[in-house]
Amino acid sequence: MTATNIEAKVKSIIADQLGVSEDEIKEGSSFIEDLGADSLDIVELVMAMEEEFEIEIPDEEAENIKSVGDAVNYINTHKK
Amino acid sequence: MITGTGLLTALGSGTEKNWKALLAGQSGIAPITRWTDPKLQVNFAGELKDFNAEDYIDRREARRMDPFCHYAIAGAEMAMKESGLPVGLEKPNGYDPERVGCIVGSGIGGITSFEDSLKNSLEKGFDRISPFFIIRMISNMAPGRISMRFNLKGSNWGPVSACSTSAHAIGEAWRQIRYGDLDAAVAGGSEASITPMGIGGFEAMKALSTRTDDPTRASRPFDKDRDGFVMGEGAGIVVIEELEHAVRRGATIIAELVGYAANSDAYHETAPAPEHEGAQRCIRLALKTAGLQPSDVQYVNAHGTSTPFNDLHETKAIKRVFGDHAAKLMVSSTKSMTGHMLGAAGGAEAIITSLAISRGVIPPTINFGAADPDCDLDYVPNQAREKWVDVAISNSFGFGGTNAVLVLKRYKA
Repeated sequence: MTATNIEAKVKSIIADQLGVSEDEIKEGSSFIEDLGADSLDIVELVMAMEEEFEIEIPDEEAENIKSVGDAVNYINTHKK
Repeated sequence: MITGTGLLTALGSGTEKNWKALLAGQSGIAPITRWTDPKLQVNFAGELKDFNAEDYIDRREARRMDPFCHYAIAGAEMAMKESGLPVGLEKPNGYDPERVGCIVGSGIGGITSFEDSLKNSLEKGFDRISPFFIIRMISNMAPGRISMRFNLKGSNWGPVSACSTSAHAIGEAWRQIRYGDLDAAVAGGSEASITPMGIGGFEAMKALSTRTDDPTRASRPFDKDRDGFVMGEGAGIVVIEELEHAVRRGATIIAELVGYAANSDAYHETAPAPEHEGAQRCIRLALKTAGLQPSDVQYVNAHGTSTPFNDLHETKAIKRVFGDHAAKLMVSSTKSMTGHMLGAAGGAEAIITSLAISRGVIPPTINFGAADPDCDLDYVPNQAREKWVDVAISNSFGFGGTNAVLVLKRYKA
């Protein structure tokens, strides 16, 4: 999976779970401040990304994933 | 005072749509469309018709809820709209939000979410449970959500008493208003249990009709050939309001709730006590709270589930309480058309009873063919009857031996 594909897939997961259109989702978008997520949404988003990309995101790492860019970077670095 | 109604059943979404179908004697029962299971015998039910959660709730919020919560919010939305209750002191005639409560229950709660999460967990592990699982499942999330939506800051809870749930909810709201704690409340119940576990569970108890070759005729309360209840679903939610407040703001009053009682059989998990002794006491208590005599009652919206036991013992209880007057009563079970909506049944039937009073038509018991010699009351068979009544009661009896009776009266200004 290329970096572009990963980004597209991440955006599609976010759009589905947060009920926002993909156009609204920018790399710098913060889940909480820009996309209206709460802490439970983030837990679910992290779980969905773990399943989609077959990775494990430890809780202490998940706490640092605050924006779309953070998520994409984490996946790019840790995807096998 | 009942000033708003939200009725969602197998006959459709919305009070008017339901009323029309009820008077036409239509059945909402059909083969289950959402799933099939080859091992279950019962493959029909009263699924809620023409309902799309996203007409009432935005997609993102809707994802965080179980269907029982979708139905409850839609019902509350309809009831609030009809009542025109202005919650918020900044509005003209606005109510203090702290004086408006929400008492909405569900018999079973988020069983769809429970089943889905369990399946997912067995497959992927219990560390893969969605953080929304508990939120989706717990029954009191319906009143919680409704409170948030309308900024209702009075009491926020829901009873859980099987098929009496929403009658209890409305009765308890009435009590809180009478006690002076609230000026108004959104009250009733919702249910969404037409799932493999829901149907399978009641099938295992032999509680459901197995008339698979003729589903629309399966729910036949008081008929000699009745063989069990038919599962329904939906919501029945009202706005109930203190008289002076309703009058002051010029609300349309549909009917007046004048009495309520709740009690217990203390007898068996599912079977009613002989001659439904608990129901007899409950009807008497409810009439007492209303300051009325049995002879004042003209219509009984029966619990009438279409199970052999309930209908027999409910009939006996009515005869015991009303004596000679029983022969003059009209007694109908609208479950013959909606199916048994469990926790939503009492709320739905309180609405139907209110409309019968305010519109002068009694909805029928459909599928009533051969009379059971032991069920010999006037069940308003098969055809609605134009008749003005001043006082009616709505019976609700639940597994666990839990009974609730509401007394409704025509409002005269």
